[in-house]
Amino acid sequence: MNILSVDHLSITFGGVCAVDGVSFDIAEGLVFSIIGPNGAGKTTLFNLISGLYVPQDGRVLLAGEDVSGWTPERLACRGLSRTFQNLQIFFRLTALENVMVGRHRHERTGIFTDLLHLPAVERQNCETREQAMAALARIGLQTMADRPAGSLAYGDLKRLEIARALATEPSVLLLDEPAAGCNAVETAELEGVIRGIAKDGVTVVLVEHDMRLVMNVSDRIHVLANGRTLAEGTAAEVRADPAVIQAYLGGQEVGRAVG
Amino acid sequence: MRALFYSRLMPIAAVAVIAAVLPAFFPSAYYYRVAALVFVFALAGIGLNLLMGFAGQVSLGHAGFIGIGAYAVAVGPTHLGLPPWLSFFAGAALSAIVAFLVGRPILRLKGHYLAVATLGFGTLLSIVFTNEANLTGGPDGMAVPRLVLFGWAARGSETWYWISAASFVIGAALALNLIDSPTGRALRAIHDSEVAARVLGIDVAQKKLMVFVVSAVYASVAGSYLAMFNGLITPEVSGFLRSIELVAMVVLGGMGSIVGSLVGSAVIVVLPQALSFLHDYEHVVLGLIIMGVMIFLPGGIVPSLTALFAGRRA
Repeated sequence: MNILSVDHLSITFGGVCAVDGVSFDIAEGLVFSIIGPNGAGKTTLFNLISGLYVPQDGRVLLAGEDVSGWTPERLACRGLSRTFQNLQIFFRLTALENVMVGRHRHERTGIFTDLLHLPAVERQNCETREQAMAALARIGLQTMADRPAGSLAYGDLKRLEIARALATEPSVLLLDEPAAGCNAVETAELEGVIRGIAKDGVTVVLVEHDMRLVMNVSDRIHVLANGRTLAEGTAAEVRADPAVIQAYLGGQEVGRAVG
Repeated sequence: MRALFYSRLMPIAAVAVIAAVLPAFFPSAYYYRVAALVFVFALAGIGLNLLMGFAGQVSLGHAGFIGIGAYAVAVGPTHLGLPPWLSFFAGAALSAIVAFLVGRPILRLKGHYLAVATLGFGTLLSIVFTNEANLTGGPDGMAVPRLVLFGWAARGSETWYWISAASFVIGAALALNLIDSPTGRALRAIHDSEVAARVLGIDVAQKKLMVFVVSAVYASVAGSYLAMFNGLITPEVSGFLRSIELVAMVVLGGMGSIVGSLVGSAVIVVLPQALSFLHDYEHVVLGLIIMGVMIFLPGGIVPSLTALFAGRRA
């Protein structure tokens, strides 16, 4: 069963085809990576899938349902969430509150109940806090819970975004360069986090430049260049693909980066 | 849970105690009057603070909603024969409806563009109040009948002091409740990153509209009190200057601080009275004080001082 399918997806910006007829299917529970040189259209593809951009052509299918052109909030409520390459943290909130916001789609109190702080709100807050704490613990940030998000280190913020997205209980999680700016230790930790998420049955779609991470963690890899599909396969298949080696940074360097 | 309850409403309990004790130090009815005005404007300030300080959406036309509330209690009894208390609620309902209809298109705008759109909205209402002379008395304004409840008429500064103080405490408690709730968290999230809020499943447009409506109701209630308290209303109450004063109150007191709205209101209402001995230089000094506060307490009075004392203690 394909949890997420992309079918001939295309979008142009001012005459430039940022994403040009890209198709792939992702089976449930896999770690699926999208790689490619800078400007290949990876983040644009993420923005199309997560509803931030509306595709000019093609379709996005979530669990078999055509969700092309849906708003991000509607997609989130259907189980698709994401993180961002450039951090989108709620800096004025504490780390825990950031993750609590991720529980929003599971919260059931209305505005009047909230204004009057009826007992239901107290129960809801307790439940949300518990679930958010669990999500924080899952990525090892529980000791930071009450710190303002603005005071956290960069690597911690990257993981905080993952915890926040996990709190929505997604079936598909898009991670946009989670290792960017992280040191080797943080990246190694991240590898464990991604494996753990996939083990819990969440399909992970990963855009990442750190080739060691991509090769270690991915079940399948989709390679983009100039908005088009270049290759798709397992880590070993992609690594051996001459077209990939040609396009990606230049032959020698890829050999080193990938090897 | 008990501790949580205390921490949330503690500041307002403190304000309630101060409000109860304060009149013991009032030498004359004039002090009741000024203090009542502080509470009334603080009530409008809370509403604007929910919109600006928490959800991060600016409004330069909020006095328009004060105008709707004020003219409701004037026009309702005079022209439509409604009792004042019913006009009060009708004004709040009308403000909510107007905010809902206007908010839908203009809350799509961001930053400066939203500021200009709300400015236009406020100006438009002000012009309506000025020009519909048959209904509103035009630029000269109109008299507002007394609030009568169960045969008891609310008159005098002392009565209005208690009404406005109690209303402020209730309004502040509701606002604090909202902040510490799923809706409140969503609003604060929108302030920092709309796109992140959206991918977490928050309907940003709907939440913005919701808080805009709530803030309009706060302003309308404040406007109705102001009109009934003064017994006279002119279009000036809904003018651009009033909108700017409201924004100044929220920013001076501290964006995102409910007690800050009260402090901001106190500064804007009391300071001109306290400085009146300076005659011609009153506004110069007022301006300098406001500038000084923003330079030395950039987060607003209450948040900056809280951080200062918290830092000292640590």
